Amino acid sequence: MTARTSAGIVADTGSTRSDTSTQGVTVELAGLRRSFGSVHALDGMQLAMSPGELVVLLGPSGCGKTTALRVLAGLEEADEGRVVVDGRDITHVPTNKRDMGMVFQAYSLFPHMTARENVEFGLRLRGIDGAARKRRAGENLELVGLAAQADRYAHQMSGGQQQRVALARALAIQPQVLLLDEPLSALDAKVRVQLRDEIRRIQLEVGITTLFVTHDQEEALAVADRVGVMREGKIEQIAAPDEIYNRPTTRFVAEFIGSTNRLAGTSSGAVADVLGSRVPLLPGAPASGPVMVLVRPEAVRITMGADGPGAATVVSTSFLGAHGRVQVRLRDDTLVLAQLSAPEVSALSAGDQVTVVVQPTEALATAVD
Amino acid sequence: MTATLAGLTETPPEKRRSQLATRRRSQRAFRWVVVAVVLLFFAIPILSLLDSSSRLRGGGREWSAWDPILQVATSSDPSSRLIRDGLVNSLLLVAATLVLMLLLLIPTMIWIRLRAPYLRRIMEFVCLLPLTIPAIVLVVGLGPVYRRVADLLGTGAVWLCFIYAILVLPFAYRALDAGLDGIEVRTLSEAARSLGAGWGTVMFRIVLPNIRSAVISASFISLALVLGEYTVASLLARRNLQTAIFLVGQNNVKTASAMALVALALGFVLLLLLSLVSSRTSRKATS
Repeated sequence: MTARTSAGIVADTGSTRSDTSTQGVTVELAGLRRSFGSVHALDGMQLAMSPGELVVLLGPSGCGKTTALRVLAGLEEADEGRVVVDGRDITHVPTNKRDMGMVFQAYSLFPHMTARENVEFGLRLRGIDGAARKRRAGENLELVGLAAQADRYAHQMSGGQQQRVALARALAIQPQVLLLDEPLSALDAKVRVQLRDEIRRIQLEVGITTLFVTHDQEEALAVADRVGVMREGKIEQIAAPDEIYNRPTTRFVAEFIGSTNRLAGTSSGAVADVLGSRVPLLPGAPASGPVMVLVRPEAVRITMGADGPGAATVVSTSFLGAHGRVQVRLRDDTLVLAQLSAPEVSALSAGDQVTVVVQPTEALATAVD
Repeated sequence: MTATLAGLTETPPEKRRSQLATRRRSQRAFRWVVVAVVLLFFAIPILSLLDSSSRLRGGGREWSAWDPILQVATSSDPSSRLIRDGLVNSLLLVAATLVLMLLLLIPTMIWIRLRAPYLRRIMEFVCLLPLTIPAIVLVVGLGPVYRRVADLLGTGAVWLCFIYAILVLPFAYRALDAGLDGIEVRTLSEAARSLGAGWGTVMFRIVLPNIRSAVISASFISLALVLGEYTVASLLARRNLQTAIFLVGQNNVKTASAMALVALALGFVLLLLLSLVSSRTSRKATS
């Protein structure tokens, strides 16, 4: 049962359908450009999202990811380009008529309202009657595990609880799209991981198309259906998390996601010779000649005793729980990082003579600088 | 004295307790002295006004100077009429100035925070300017404007609200600015907008409830300033409470003293009422 409100938003009056589920829609950002003075925050950005998909925009500060999200929300006006949601061009539709739920980086609960009143706010604007409003607010607070804190004010809740209420408030209006603007960045590490997993659970349960902006790559890889790595106002690569990690298409993506060793090698098309090992190359590598091969630390093995082109000296070791990291220095002074199991790391110490062996996993090769 | 392990000396606990009690007593006494001095500072002029409104030259008391005030609503005595006009005008001016000041400042300050933060310093400068301009200069500058106002709206004293709104700007701006600093205006309004709120809803249901105490503070200051304003009204030949007191004082100093006392009391009562209203609405908001 739906009704068009005075605000022009199509609202569910709350009597028949499940109050926490929604229908995912398609989202398309086409050729978005947005400049602030001489800074091009968005430079022809393209993005297409499928119904119910969670896309994470990841990138360094100033890459344009938050601007893209704000343009989608209607909080920023694009200089050029189109925003299309569910086939409808909403480029010039004002924020309050876009029907999007948003969770902000800063705590954004209305301080003079309780958690329940915050969640009811958007429903009240849609003219939903008191009983349905109360029921739906209760269900959404239940969804984020805060039904017992419904009568608390923002100052009586922790940061994590406030962000959960903000999520419930955004979901309560059953928006077409959920927008998350670094919602976890103000939280401590443990709460961040808990809430991150919870956001993913809720997103899958509700089935809402979601755009999530973060600069935390672990967070991005953990929750996304697809990760879009942004650079200078454009998406450099967008793919599933494992593909972004294992098959980066550019040096920027390879170096931005996780750690990477840059090792000199010689390409012969599909394969390169790196420190005496033959490493298969990802498509797009230079056909022949000297190249820089980007090798992940987990693709590097260490054997005892210095021998051949991979001969090196251990510089330092670090224990990280289930695994550890070892930094070694090759004879040409190149530093190489290897990720090994905890017992392997324990067997090594600074000054040990070792040999670096690169495993034959696909790697990206670029021309030598 | 007892020796410690480090070879240092330590005060016994009983002595330390008695030293603490002595210090607390002297601090309490000092607090009362400060309170007494402040009370005297305010009470002496008030009591002097009361005294001068009733003292007879040869000794003794006589309260006839209070008659024009006590019968202000009904008496046709010239002093009563002056006071009545001045009082009504001042109360109207308080209301008009408050409305004008709040309508002018709050939306502008919020808009600047949301849309044009680079204008904040300019806004602050403009709002603080009246502090540096003497009232006489303001009146000279605004004289021609007020001639036009008189042509368009008449010569009623209530139109002094335009110049009073300028006079209260520095104080009201400071109070509202502090209130807006205390909340995340941009985030809250963006959150409300994303939930479907229009600008009116953002203003009245999100921002205003969160800066209520700042609005009340700005109103307090404006009220006190308008009730006590004399120079501008006198120079523009308009009648308000203070010019009425002056005029009454030309013929009857005792009634003028009594009226000054009543003006103080009126200001106090209005401030108290505002404070009660604000605490009641804030209780309602949090209950």
